[in-house]
Amino acid sequence: MQDVIQGLAYVVGDDVDTDQIIPAEYLVLNPGDPAERKQFGRFALVGVPPAGAGLPTGSIPFVDQADPKNTASRFSVVIGGSNFGCGSSREHAPLALAEAGVRAVVAESYARIFYRNSVNGGYLVPLEAAAKLNDQVRTGDEVEIRISENLLIDKTTGKRFTLQPLGDVLPIVAAGGVFAYAKQTGMLK
Amino acid sequence: MAAAMTMTEKILARRSGRKSAVPGENVWVDVDVLMTHDVCGPGTIGVFEAEFGPNAKVWDAGKVVIIPDHYIFTADSKAHRNIEILRSFVKKHNIRYYYDPDFVRGEGMPQPYADPRTTPYRGVCHVALPQNGHTRPGEVLLGTDSHTCTHGAFGQFATGIGNTDAGFVMGTGKLWLKVPPTMRFRFDGQMPAYLMAKDLILWVIGEIGVDGATYRAMEFAGDAVQALNVEEKMTLCNMAIEAGGKNGIIEPNADVLAYVDRRNQPGHPYEVVRNDAGCAFFADLAWDVAKLEPVVAQPHAPDKRATARQLAGTKIDRAYIGSCTGGKLTDFVAGAKVLAGRTVKVDTFIVPATTEVDIALDTTKHAGKSLRRIFADAGCKIGPASCAACLGGPVDTFGRMNAPLVCISTTNRNFPGRMGHKDSAVYLASR
Repeated sequence: MQDVIQGLAYVVGDDVDTDQIIPAEYLVLNPGDPAERKQFGRFALVGVPPAGAGLPTGSIPFVDQADPKNTASRFSVVIGGSNFGCGSSREHAPLALAEAGVRAVVAESYARIFYRNSVNGGYLVPLEAAAKLNDQVRTGDEVEIRISENLLIDKTTGKRFTLQPLGDVLPIVAAGGVFAYAKQTGMLK
Repeated sequence: MAAAMTMTEKILARRSGRKSAVPGENVWVDVDVLMTHDVCGPGTIGVFEAEFGPNAKVWDAGKVVIIPDHYIFTADSKAHRNIEILRSFVKKHNIRYYYDPDFVRGEGMPQPYADPRTTPYRGVCHVALPQNGHTRPGEVLLGTDSHTCTHGAFGQFATGIGNTDAGFVMGTGKLWLKVPPTMRFRFDGQMPAYLMAKDLILWVIGEIGVDGATYRAMEFAGDAVQALNVEEKMTLCNMAIEAGGKNGIIEPNADVLAYVDRRNQPGHPYEVVRNDAGCAFFADLAWDVAKLEPVVAQPHAPDKRATARQLAGTKIDRAYIGSCTGGKLTDFVAGAKVLAGRTVKVDTFIVPATTEVDIALDTTKHAGKSLRRIFADAGCKIGPASCAACLGGPVDTFGRMNAPLVCISTTNRNFPGRMGHKDSAVYLASR
């Protein structure tokens, strides 16, 4: 696990559910197929209604859709509100974000299955902010996350925000997912 | 002596070989049933084969249930391909419980099953699992679908997981779980005829919010809950996830045990688990059902509660009765009572959850007419059993909103775009 994550922030509202992160029509793609797996990046966050897409202004596409081959986002940190990732159990949600290039999500709170899938699948680091962040950080701000210091720095504005410690999922995040963790601990050979 | 435990704590303690399980503890549990379907099955198989190797065996071919149900009636070639992936996996691993949509062969929109009595296909997993004897009190059931919490209606621990977790379970039969504290929701009194379980659960979600039970077990109790039929109990537990709950659970009564015993697959004895006297609840809330009224969740969240009365006059473009939440026989009986002798004013879609419910549309009568006749005479469009438009799905899905329409629906979620078009809107209600 990398301790420092840097990149541009993409800010969304509360209750961003898995249908907004990856709409159900794209779930016919098989994440087990490398070429199809890559396609998920293109559709990450495509279901977020324009008003909430890239706060505070909105109408900022997460992945530029003009080039049909593009599967990457220029944003690598998603800042969410409360209950991020609510809804379905589809692991395609953290997978799509990771395929687009997201390395961390920082939200006020998470829905349980999204959080668990992010950690166990080793897709991205789901961090909780100590306070609401999605009205403090703006889409396009350059941010730096220092995991061991529980800190997020908005380098564009100079503001610093406290993050919650990863707690008992830290060893799984550090190992890179549940399989690696189970091997480290002797649960799996 | 170990401290008094709730049902959820007790099941997790037993299945992890411990005397006790305390909320917040992480435990490795032995899984009794792993369920997957056509949307998450291929990804799960991908994880399983990547991690355990192409020649690895599933931990127990009699404990994996594979049940395609989401993208069945579509011409989408990738959806067909996904069913083929399931078929070859089932064959390779000798999976005992597989419910094949045998009519999905080759290209184009499949012709639906000619006779729901003869196809091995069953329809929506959360209704089909209990109907086909895969849900038992005291067990741990994990499924690659968030509405797996439905099965707590049978007094078991059931929750939704992702592909990685499911791949892990496929290879090991185990998974780590954090023991959730239990919130208890009690409904007492005589249930008025105008209320359904959907009204009770939308009431609860409206009270505590879409994240009001995150990381927690939601137990439903009280004499009004215990008086509900099995299908209605399933509806309560089904929507626990809509409040963020890890699992829903109801102590099984004689009615539920009779249902289980009538349908249980052979060779699966079970042990009923009940709350210990004096067990601790994170919250304990109670209502008198006689004082409640029918409620609706407005767009775009299941906790945007209003009474049906408050929304009188709201313009809708279509109505949808179906899904694991509202596509069971009880829902169609209630719908038929409303529609008997009437004609629908908006497009109305009828989608039985399972082939068993589909059969029952013909065999169940109201005022001398079959439910199917009543819906057909009212001008409804009736589709074959599947998840259909509840989650939008491929654009050719039956009942999907492909335009910015407003729908009233018996389904479970109404986040933006859930039933198709990004600018469509969904009101969640009973019948």
